[in-house]
Amino acid sequence: MNPSYLEFEQPIAEIEARIAELRHASQGSAAGIEDEIRKLRDKLSARTEQIFANLSAWQVSQLARHPLRPYTLDYLALAFNEFHELAGDRAFADDAAIVGGPARLDGRAVMVIGHQKGRDTKSKVKRNFGMPRPEGYRKALRLMQMAERFKMPLLTFIDTPGAYPGVGAEERGQSEAIARNLLEMSRLKVPVVCTVIGEGGSGGALAIGVGDRTLMLEFGTYSVISPEGCASILWKTAERASEAAEALGLTAPRLLELGLVDEIVKEPPGGAHRDPPAMAARLKERLLAALDGLSGLAPDALLAQRYQRLRRYGAFRSA
Amino acid sequence: MSWLSKLMPSRIRTQGGNKRNVPEGLWVKCERCAAALYQPELERNLKVCPKCGFHMPIGARERLRGFFDEGELTEIGADLEPVDALKFKDSKKYRDRVVASQRATGEKDALVALRGTLKGRPVVACAFEFAFMGGSMGSVVGERFALAAEHALEHGLPLVCFSATGGARMQEGLLSLMQMAKTSAAIARLREAGLPFISVLTHPTTGGVSASLGMLGDLNIGEPEALIGFAGPRVIEQTVRETLPKGFQRSEFLLEHGAIDLIVDRREQREKIAALFALLLRQPALPAEVSAAPAA
Repeated sequence: MNPSYLEFEQPIAEIEARIAELRHASQGSAAGIEDEIRKLRDKLSARTEQIFANLSAWQVSQLARHPLRPYTLDYLALAFNEFHELAGDRAFADDAAIVGGPARLDGRAVMVIGHQKGRDTKSKVKRNFGMPRPEGYRKALRLMQMAERFKMPLLTFIDTPGAYPGVGAEERGQSEAIARNLLEMSRLKVPVVCTVIGEGGSGGALAIGVGDRTLMLEFGTYSVISPEGCASILWKTAERASEAAEALGLTAPRLLELGLVDEIVKEPPGGAHRDPPAMAARLKERLLAALDGLSGLAPDALLAQRYQRLRRYGAFRSA
Repeated sequence: MSWLSKLMPSRIRTQGGNKRNVPEGLWVKCERCAAALYQPELERNLKVCPKCGFHMPIGARERLRGFFDEGELTEIGADLEPVDALKFKDSKKYRDRVVASQRATGEKDALVALRGTLKGRPVVACAFEFAFMGGSMGSVVGERFALAAEHALEHGLPLVCFSATGGARMQEGLLSLMQMAKTSAAIARLREAGLPFISVLTHPTTGGVSASLGMLGDLNIGEPEALIGFAGPRVIEQTVRETLPKGFQRSEFLLEHGAIDLIVDRREQREKIAALFALLLRQPALPAEVSAAPAA
């Protein structure tokens, strides 16, 4: 089993391995082999399409956390012309689980803030597995206010299992840090476009997720609680996470249906991690379109529209 | 197991609420000092033990009745009822859990929002009903809070909210998470209008409510010894794999760490909040009156 592939991706891994093998064998180039490779390629795309057409909510949850999935800094490198990372909350520390700073998207000056996960053990620890502490949210707030001061639209990238549940985080006011961002983002006088690029884990995700448009990558998830957390509360065992994922309705199509996200950004065949440059190009295009849609609004109109948007969230009936 | 221990925090997320929180006898035992307390007297004392000052759980309506002046109260968002948008089902259907909680509490959902007067001056006040699915915030709770804030905004009134909750309501999925954004946005409007919002954090206040409206008061007031935090103690213990310090996440701990402004005994909240609202709204001082001195 190839560890870079999830269990349900294994058939894809096998076909890719055979293509690689043939490639290796055909150094001298034989016409028959080229033909064979072409057949395998067709088979690969058919199989990929077939697997990805019928993913369960739990499989999507695994894709959203795929170890090869592009993270915030990957998109900053692939879709933006410039990015200047800024550090620190000016009060306590710099939190590497959130990155941010001014950037240039297709020539436009924007502020970018995003969760950041690590890839290898060392960077995973440094990034605290993408779980911010209060200082991360306070750094984000500082950058949001800077964006407002300099009239730069704000783009946020959401990808976190959740805010870190630790002793120090509680001591330094995790709740207040999150709450404060929700309040401030609701009245930030610049356009705010939020994109769920991977895992949208609860309050820790929403703390950089309040804005004018919410985009979501096709295989991202966005949820009030992780499937494991939900399962351990409801069924007293994290083993039933797949059922919980289904029940929580955390996939992009479901959330679009519920009116909680505005747009799904389609991923390349096999998911964002199979072709990060293609994913980044598409994301860039959709971000520019979202910014275009908001750029004509005066701050007052923008805020009124944002309030109405937040105000509509919910499902209830009146007797 | 006493009726009180059934309400303790180990059950905050799973409370089915199928028991009325009213003891059958006239006498109840204080959870902390074991004193036998005469029920009518305990109620007059806002469910605070007259012997040792222990703050027992109190229902949303009972709390608000004790907070407002006597007289007419207008309910805000009373006609709203929860729906099962996700068709959520675990061992029980969400719909059934709602019905059980409605029967047990007599409430349609976990937040009661009222307009009345406090020392003769109009105020809007909300309180969470913990016995309704652990006081969890779903769409109705968020909507009622937003309506209460908008009512305060429209009429130029101050707002107070007493929270008692395990956080967002899982059974409403992301809809419940978004109530955090909605309620926070409503508070932002009050701030811009210069209308005070006081958040009273009572036992327990955790998760999505603590991380939104709970911590967004112009003043945050804790009830003595209330558990207040983002993550619940069990989750933290599992994450850091160590025993948590004594008093961790209690009001006194939060006060020491600068997260709340003050701790106020339930029996003194009416006086204190009335005086603070009068100051923040630059109204004349309230006429002195004989205060109901706590018995202990």
